[in-house]
Amino acid sequence: MRYVHDLQLLVTLTHPKDDFQEELVIRPLQSGDVYASFQFRTLWETDFMKGNKVSHYRLFPKSLGQVISKFSVRELHISFTQGYWRTMQWGQPFMPSPPGAELWVWFQDSVTDVDGTWKELTNVLSGIFCASLNFIDSTNTVQPSASFKPLGIGNVTDHRFLRYATLPREIVCTENLTPWKKLLPCGSKAGLAVLMKSEKLFHSSFHSQAVHIRPVCQDSECTTTSWELRQTLNVVFDLHTSGQGKREWSLFKMFSRTLTEACPLASSSKIYIDITDNPQVSFLHNILSLKIQAVVLGDRRTFSVYDLTEANTFGSMRSLNLLIRWKSSEGDMLRPLLHAERYVAGYGLQTGEIHTLMYNYHPFRSFPILLLDSVPWYLRLYIHTLTVTSKGKDNKPSYIHYQPSKDRVRPHLLEMLVQLPPNSVTEVTVQFERALLKWTEYTPDPNHGFYVGSSVISALVPSMVAMDTNNTKERPLFSSFFPCKEESSYFVRIYTEPLLVNLPTPDFSMPYNVICLTCTVVAVGYGSLYNLLTRSFQIEEPNPRLAKRIANVIRRLRGVPPLA
Amino acid sequence: MATTEVERRRGQLAALSIAAVVIIIGVPLWWRTTETYRAWLPVSQIQELANLELQLSADVEVVFARGTVTPEQQKKIPLTLSQDDEHVVDEDTSLRYRYETRYRTATIMEEDALNQPTAAEADLSLHMLSESPCGSLVVYVVPESTSLLPEDVEVYIGQRRTALLRIGTQMRVGRTLDQLLDHLEPRIKKLLQLMSFSHTDITAALSDRVRLSPGNKESIADSMRAFKSSPGYEITFSLLNPDPKSHRLHWDIEGAVQTFIQPLLTKLEPLANFSIDSQILYYAMLGVNPRFDNSHNAYTLNADSLAHVINPVEARLGSNAASSNPVLNFLLYVPDANHSPLYIQDRKKQQVPSNAFHSPRWGGIMVYNVNSFYGPDVAFPVDININMAKVMGVFLAQLRLLLGVQSSTPPPGFLVAPCGSSGLADWELDRLMWSRSVENIATATTTITSLAQLLDQIGNIVINDNIAQQVSSAVTSLQLAVAELESGNLGFALQYSKEAILASERAFFDPSLLHLLYFPDDQKFAIYIPLFLPMCVPILLSLLKIASEVRQRRRDKQTKTD
Repeated sequence: MRYVHDLQLLVTLTHPKDDFQEELVIRPLQSGDVYASFQFRTLWETDFMKGNKVSHYRLFPKSLGQVISKFSVRELHISFTQGYWRTMQWGQPFMPSPPGAELWVWFQDSVTDVDGTWKELTNVLSGIFCASLNFIDSTNTVQPSASFKPLGIGNVTDHRFLRYATLPREIVCTENLTPWKKLLPCGSKAGLAVLMKSEKLFHSSFHSQAVHIRPVCQDSECTTTSWELRQTLNVVFDLHTSGQGKREWSLFKMFSRTLTEACPLASSSKIYIDITDNPQVSFLHNILSLKIQAVVLGDRRTFSVYDLTEANTFGSMRSLNLLIRWKSSEGDMLRPLLHAERYVAGYGLQTGEIHTLMYNYHPFRSFPILLLDSVPWYLRLYIHTLTVTSKGKDNKPSYIHYQPSKDRVRPHLLEMLVQLPPNSVTEVTVQFERALLKWTEYTPDPNHGFYVGSSVISALVPSMVAMDTNNTKERPLFSSFFPCKEESSYFVRIYTEPLLVNLPTPDFSMPYNVICLTCTVVAVGYGSLYNLLTRSFQIEEPNPRLAKRIANVIRRLRGVPPLA
Repeated sequence: MATTEVERRRGQLAALSIAAVVIIIGVPLWWRTTETYRAWLPVSQIQELANLELQLSADVEVVFARGTVTPEQQKKIPLTLSQDDEHVVDEDTSLRYRYETRYRTATIMEEDALNQPTAAEADLSLHMLSESPCGSLVVYVVPESTSLLPEDVEVYIGQRRTALLRIGTQMRVGRTLDQLLDHLEPRIKKLLQLMSFSHTDITAALSDRVRLSPGNKESIADSMRAFKSSPGYEITFSLLNPDPKSHRLHWDIEGAVQTFIQPLLTKLEPLANFSIDSQILYYAMLGVNPRFDNSHNAYTLNADSLAHVINPVEARLGSNAASSNPVLNFLLYVPDANHSPLYIQDRKKQQVPSNAFHSPRWGGIMVYNVNSFYGPDVAFPVDININMAKVMGVFLAQLRLLLGVQSSTPPPGFLVAPCGSSGLADWELDRLMWSRSVENIATATTTITSLAQLLDQIGNIVINDNIAQQVSSAVTSLQLAVAELESGNLGFALQYSKEAILASERAFFDPSLLHLLYFPDDQKFAIYIPLFLPMCVPILLSLLKIASEVRQRRRDKQTKTD
């Protein structure tokens, strides 16, 4: 009996239906800040696509699984970000995300009413993540034609099934982190998630948390497919201001916790520390660590790896607190090859101009980029004023997809394929006019301004070193997020700053004032007309003068007959 | 003098005509343009429904087997009787139960069926002969000497809609048929109350309409345990593993659901739609610390602390994102290695044999101890395969309770056949359908009448055509459901009552009802006054002046004639 038992177990164990991995990548940044990137990946070998209802969940969170199957979602990417990623100081982020909330979803082609499903989906997600995603409606949703390709398997190109929306104003805080942590199999009870203490995570320069769901292949031949759920959390700690200028950090200092165990459900649980820029770092603990080299984002990096599933990682203290000091920054940070920024120019409250600057720092290679701009309808773009210039010359985009806005219905969508010449700045400008809103359409604090979401730049950037195209080599999880098909280039998506635009705002007691004023004017006009019509006019003898009347009073007192 | 008089008359005429224009054109225009749209509602029919007279009719067939009636009784036999039973529940609600009883003698085929060796086989072959429709019953009166029933059993209730009734001992051949029927009647009535509907069930189902008098505590507890009637339910099985470091749990939930739960749900399909899912939650703790009991060498949870167990767990369960139907939660808790074994104690400090408890209208929790797997030299983590038959047995019993399938103890002398693979006998389903139809009707009528009241009281609410349509479809479905109950078509009655409840809820919770609800009168007047006051005052004053002048002139004329 016992034997049969064990045999059964063996069978279930050799076919793991789902798999969970966790990792933390820490990279000391050139500016003295520390970048910590958590990534949790759940793989679930199942098939939603074929329409069979899956309802038994193990590691995959039930709430998300229900959402995927109810709304026939093929891919779902959602991110909540507080702060702006400073590419020029910090380099490329591992997982790019725009400030505020971003949501993009590919639906399966069996969905007939995509807009209705999208609306319902955003409402459900807003409940799951305690966020204002329910403010996503047709006025801030676009269907990009080229910028957002599915990241998982399946070569879908019909962008009718894609919806993309951003809420640049969304503020991310603890109430969004708690439901996000709840989706992890171990919660925040064990494993790397123990470090996620919200008062530390939100006391940072940059905070971004995301959920990515997509179908992936289980193996290189793609015989079985599975769902992949990636939960990522990226934080940049500003240790330079809090750390008294000393270049040192430790897990305890950053998170006010130390690690004692891996999540028992995780098949792999690792900490990667990027020591490329500072090979002379000194570690407090003399813990065995592995050094690996991996090519990430077009750069060869050296990581020292701590495997939490091994007991001797924790040493005799039974707790892991990495403490690292390093000397001042001599080494040069590899300057990101692609960088972009955006601002609004112009004065007054009638017209303006959006400038988008894109920098290609590659010394000799030019490469194409896809620029996506989604502008709300209340900035009326004059598309005929669109100019693209690089190095003082007109740079004609090879592909332009423009969808004009409709007032109160849909935003502008502008997508362009632009070739960036080597070592150059390319400037895209377009003029706009500010619309006057109806008085109920203004936000509660209209003088703060109105946000325009980041523009998205997607590009295949030529790599300085050969990229890894086989996935067998050990490397951090995050580097396998964007599919890499060739050695010579790697995919990069960068987001510009969101814009804050002032719109002409009225005085909000105006409607009542207008009502009162017009009523008064009408009443005065009507009153005199009424008087004219109804009064009877007759000639009256002029009144005796004042002096005469006084004289008469006096005369009466004296008993003299009054004046006539 | 004459010119001033003409002038005055012209002024008066002008004032009068302006007043006329304002009254004839202005006022109706203002009224029309500021009126809220209110579609027509079937108010009189709703008021009729507020006064609910429900009649439940059940068809009963009493079949006399050979040897129970004498030939001269047999001649009179094909007859029909109907019995009415009236109850007034409160001033607006009255109930009437009607049993249409048909008496006949058994056919030859039925005699053959009754000659089977056991009651269960007889039950099955009688079922094969003819299938009685939903809501009806067939009672076979078998002779005293029958071998079908055990010695002390008077009545046997089968798995379908049939029952076998032993004709009493004191019944000798030769009495009149009326006496025979009088003799059978009390037992048949008891049987009917068990197999179709009883007054307590139906009044419990009416609890939405009628405030129950605090009478029988037990029956109130019973009625509060079951979930409210709903067109669908979500059943969620959760395995709580607070200690994944020591226990690696495996449960074959898919197979277990297929074998144990699905047959019952298939049977219950006419009642509601069910969807099942399951999840495993790690590091999910109970809200209370179990106490160590030296006498049992085990940890115990006593009955008082059970109330505090659920809340912290519920935060982890997650709400159902995909539907708004009520969720039935079934939790299987495997205590961590340090708090194992864990037993639930009842109020008498006795261990509960099933080691499980349920929470009314929420779900059930079962504690599954795994310390027997540890063995002498235990190396954590331990792989544990959960015995799903044991777990599902408990959960199935809880599910029956929570769905309102009452397994009330039969009166002495009654034998209830064990329910088969589906876990639910046909008559149990009928019983549930009776009370669910009544409950749906009660809920829908209260929803509709309170909506009508609300709309009547608050004149600002806009009533869309859509809402009006939902209301009238709810009203028609309700009327149909009541009519079907009256004619004894239980299946249709349930169907219509479900439609009624859906339509009435849709109308009641329609967001468009809220739009103008908060448009207060003082703000309206703040906008009206600057326009209306300066316009109306001169008109009113000149009208007053004209009236007083007319009166003055009349008085002058009177004095002149005098």
